[in-house]
Amino acid sequence: MSDQGATGTVIQRFRARRHPADHGKELRLSPMWTFVAWLATLAFFAPVAWMALTSFHQEADAATNPPSLLAPLTLDQYSLLLGRDVTPFLINSATASIVSTLLVLLLAVPTAYALSIKPVEKWTDVMFFFLSTKFLPAIAALLPVYLIVKDIGMLDNVWTLVVLYTAMNLPIAVWLMRSFLAEVPREILEAGEVDGARLPTVLLRVVAPVAMPGIAATSLICFIFSWNEFMFAVNLTATRASTAPVFLVGFITNEGLFLARLCAAAMLVSLPVLIAGFAAQDKLVRGLSLGAVK
Amino acid sequence: MTTLIDTPKPAPPPARPRTSAGIEKWRRRVPLLPALIFTIAVTQLPFVATLAISTFQWNILQPGERHFTGLSNYAFVFTDERLRAAVLNTIVLTASVVLISVLLGLGLALLLDRRFAGRGLARTLLIAPFLVMPVASALLWKHAIYNPDYGLLNGTLNAVYRFFGAANGPTVDWVSSFPMPAVVLSLVWQWTPFMMLILLAGLQAQPHDVLEAAGVDGATPLETFRFITLPHLRRYIELGILLGTIYVVQTFDAVFTITQGGPGSETTNLPYEIYLTMFRKYEYGEAAAAGVVVVIGSIIIATFALRTIASLFREEASR
Repeated sequence: MSDQGATGTVIQRFRARRHPADHGKELRLSPMWTFVAWLATLAFFAPVAWMALTSFHQEADAATNPPSLLAPLTLDQYSLLLGRDVTPFLINSATASIVSTLLVLLLAVPTAYALSIKPVEKWTDVMFFFLSTKFLPAIAALLPVYLIVKDIGMLDNVWTLVVLYTAMNLPIAVWLMRSFLAEVPREILEAGEVDGARLPTVLLRVVAPVAMPGIAATSLICFIFSWNEFMFAVNLTATRASTAPVFLVGFITNEGLFLARLCAAAMLVSLPVLIAGFAAQDKLVRGLSLGAVK
Repeated sequence: MTTLIDTPKPAPPPARPRTSAGIEKWRRRVPLLPALIFTIAVTQLPFVATLAISTFQWNILQPGERHFTGLSNYAFVFTDERLRAAVLNTIVLTASVVLISVLLGLGLALLLDRRFAGRGLARTLLIAPFLVMPVASALLWKHAIYNPDYGLLNGTLNAVYRFFGAANGPTVDWVSSFPMPAVVLSLVWQWTPFMMLILLAGLQAQPHDVLEAAGVDGATPLETFRFITLPHLRRYIELGILLGTIYVVQTFDAVFTITQGGPGSETTNLPYEIYLTMFRKYEYGEAAAAGVVVVIGSIIIATFALRTIASLFREEASR
């Protein structure tokens, strides 16, 4: 397997090029500015921390003024939510988000391949077509989508959301995957081809390892957008197919508000995305800027 | 819409024997087709339908009365006071959210570009607001922070007043008294981390040797920022503004949740107004026409966005 050796060296050189070792040159922040940085950070994080803290309180302790920081902590709100009402909504959210993410990958990976490794003619035009669909405000599509979905009897059906979320995330995924696949060095592909490796082999042995982190990041970002989507969910579902954001809408009114329970619900539905986002924060920015910025 | 800008020319395909050229072309195209067909079907067809509906007088409460009405819905869109107010609200909301969050994001990015104790943790905590589900964060602001009786804002005010010996702080109903700033603040909180991430990526892409050279040449930090960092960041700032605008123009969750467009229609933006037209007034024709107008506005913004992104593309290609 002589090509393995050659390919291996190229990958090493490629990795070295991607991560220049100039981290040591970074400037340090002075103590005063470090203080400012942490102050700002804590100011931004305070609402989240407040939400977390309140979610572990009893209702009586949550609704005092000024707020009681030292009230006893409890898991009651969470067990109340999970024991009764939130579970079907979470299941719908998970179904819509996970299935649509898988569909997006199924469609986006070949597309990105056709736009980067063996680009079709006018591949930039195709890229900009995908991007242009993101610029169409979703609200303008809501009416016809609502009418069509109603006509074919698919209102309040989680598969309707799957289709819409797939369309919503596909352009982002195509842009992201292209930017990841474009990083596969040409030398490796050519080395593989010269050695007579067939396309599936090249894809599996050469492209996949380099693209895997990209595929993972793309999945996370699609999952985040689907999980958080609200407008289609609230207008196209009623009782059976409603997702987690729709569950939260029940807390809008002031009457009979349960603050601690609201905070627990908000924590619960945000948790999957918080975890996913923290795990992939360096890839997040690239996803959010559609792969235009690295 | 692909002709909005001049896209960089793709590299000419390598010369191949004439007979296999056609087959090779199609072999390259096939992986592209499923996604392309799906996207056209799910995103372009509804828009064509919106265009068609926008020329109809169609209220679902008057089922027999649906008829073609030409451009009168558009005349209504441009003359209706509620819609004009919604356009204005959309502009105010979007412009203030995007500008404030870009400025705050720039400040945070500059701080986080330097090394300091716990930088990784600070960055993780900072992006949390962007990750919290938008509906959840809207509810959090409405109830846990703005609430006049037990919200964090008034609670903190009370605590401060008591600390200085006064009985109690003022009870301010933030959402009713300052509806637009209340929505803007919650959205700024949500979008600043997004701007910070993009600008931080820009700062980290800045070559260190240039900065060092500037230091050696005796430039003050302010001069270095003004003449080196800022020009370098320009593209990233533009990208942040444009992407932010495209996302914030569509804001629906925060308006729906925090103010329901009120009081009156003070915080009703275009997406929420279209929603009301559709699901409260059941005026499908008017809603569709307003939707088309929003799309045209977005295309204008998008044209600028595409230019910016295309220039980033060229940068990548020239590397």
